[in-house]
Amino acid sequence: MNTAMPKCFKKESKPSKFCPGCGHSIVLKMLGQVIDDLNIQKKSFFSIDIGCSLLAWDFFDVDTIQTHHGRTVPVAWGFKRANNKAVVIAYTGDGGGYAIGLQNLIYASLRQENITVIAVNNTVYAMTGGQAAPTTMPHEITDSTPNGDFTLERPFFGPETLSLVAEGTPYIARGSISNPLILKNYIKKAILHQQEGKGFSFVEALSICPTNWKTDAKKSFEFLKEMEKTYKLGELKGD
Amino acid sequence: MKKVLATGNDAVLKAALDAGAGMFCGYPITPSTEILAGWAKAADKNKNLIFIQTEDEAAAGFGAIGGILAGKKAWVATAGVGNVIMQDPLSLAEGMRIPIVVYIAQRGGPSTGTVIFSQQEVVLTRKGGNGEGLRIVYSPGNIQELYDYVFKAFDIAWKYYFPVFILSDGYLGKTLGEVAFHQGKAMPSHPIMLNEHRAAAGHSLNLRNCYSLEEELGEVLKKQISDYEKMSEKVVEHEEFYVKDADLLIFAHGSVSQAAKAAIIEARAKGLRVGLFRPLTLSPFPIKESRKVVRGIKKILVVEASLGQFSDIIKSAIFGGTDAKYFEFFKPAEGITPEEILEKIEEYL
Repeated sequence: MNTAMPKCFKKESKPSKFCPGCGHSIVLKMLGQVIDDLNIQKKSFFSIDIGCSLLAWDFFDVDTIQTHHGRTVPVAWGFKRANNKAVVIAYTGDGGGYAIGLQNLIYASLRQENITVIAVNNTVYAMTGGQAAPTTMPHEITDSTPNGDFTLERPFFGPETLSLVAEGTPYIARGSISNPLILKNYIKKAILHQQEGKGFSFVEALSICPTNWKTDAKKSFEFLKEMEKTYKLGELKGD
Repeated sequence: MKKVLATGNDAVLKAALDAGAGMFCGYPITPSTEILAGWAKAADKNKNLIFIQTEDEAAAGFGAIGGILAGKKAWVATAGVGNVIMQDPLSLAEGMRIPIVVYIAQRGGPSTGTVIFSQQEVVLTRKGGNGEGLRIVYSPGNIQELYDYVFKAFDIAWKYYFPVFILSDGYLGKTLGEVAFHQGKAMPSHPIMLNEHRAAAGHSLNLRNCYSLEEELGEVLKKQISDYEKMSEKVVEHEEFYVKDADLLIFAHGSVSQAAKAAIIEARAKGLRVGLFRPLTLSPFPIKESRKVVRGIKKILVVEASLGQFSDIIKSAIFGGTDAKYFEFFKPAEGITPEEILEKIEEYL
């Protein structure tokens, strides 16, 4: 496994502002390796949500804009419509992607917007202190679900939902930071899908949030294992 | 110049096309829908024009912002509660200096209200975001001005990098009248991200609107406010109508200013000394000019189709600069006729 820093990382903004142990760093490292491998650093446009994702605003030496909650997807397709040569990557958390931005996400997939969306699922709104997200596991204890009350009985399944509604020939997959190389492969396939002009591509990355979960390394990965039982890993759409 | 017969909505569309607009994102809402449908028809004929009917106003605004970052002159049109929802992307445009052009066709409020007319979106359009309202807001009053100021809006947006609004209403959009399409020279647009600077500088452009420290945001705002103030002197516009010997000065804007003009012509015929001061930019507001014009004026009458949203701006602009008697004629969300204004002139003069 390649452990070196991707070339497209910005050295001056490292170390990153993510909490120690945060899964975002692993997802972004895989994305960085893909950007290096495909040699797309100078033609990529990276659009990020708020929440913890916004900490990636100066992460890459890649043209990047930080948007509003749920709105990274429309900025991304707006850019792509106006500049078809750009490789456009939207980055969001589970709240921005599946709660406030769901309407925008669904219509981007319906209109076959030729962009790549990466959604990080760590089951909580992490930046605001760990409140319940659409992906919070049933009876999971969070800042806004004390004692495990108030959770959805059935959490929101992003890739599965998009598989049902996306038009055309989308690429849809779910990976996990428990296996970064498979996650990297999904991200690479999603971006190649876009470059081949095949339309909407989407990768969910299951991730960990030790800070808000209040877990150590071992317990964090134990909970990630639990998540993987609920959120099945693999490719749902695409070739 | 040759004049043609057109509706206000036609004039708005023609102006945007003549100004080089290349992308429109929108969600239908009366009375701005003709703009969306008109652009759709234009884009159907001209494949270089981008059109996206979005799932909501937020997506429309953010989609247009994406297009602008890639170098297109992108614009949006909305009204009423659509204007409320649109404030999400417009707050970003204000915070990040995105040159978006926004056409607002005011309708009655609050809530869904009515579908054709009001002047109740003055505060929302000027100050709608969670910030200071560093925006440019034009208030045209007739079809020719719709054409002229929509055309100008794109130039001003791409020159100064502030969001530019055309604050119109449903009556104005649907009115049929004569207009000259001058088709002047439009300013070019260029990519803000992934542009030649990126290639030349050898490093990327990273943009954010979220800051960790109060002082960081404070510095950003200081620069934005200073840029806004410098820009204001060049952009601010107003019109004076029979003000020279006026005893009573009317303040009105937009469609209502045209009713005021008609009333003033009738009043003058009766020998009544009345004039009009009419801001064409509601933001930045012609403060200096309005303070100057009220010197020596005995009576002021503010006329508007809202409950003082416009009058509040006048009061703050002329504060301490006059001891004129101050009258207000408000009809929130209702049309105002020249006859009604003439009645008020005769009552107060």
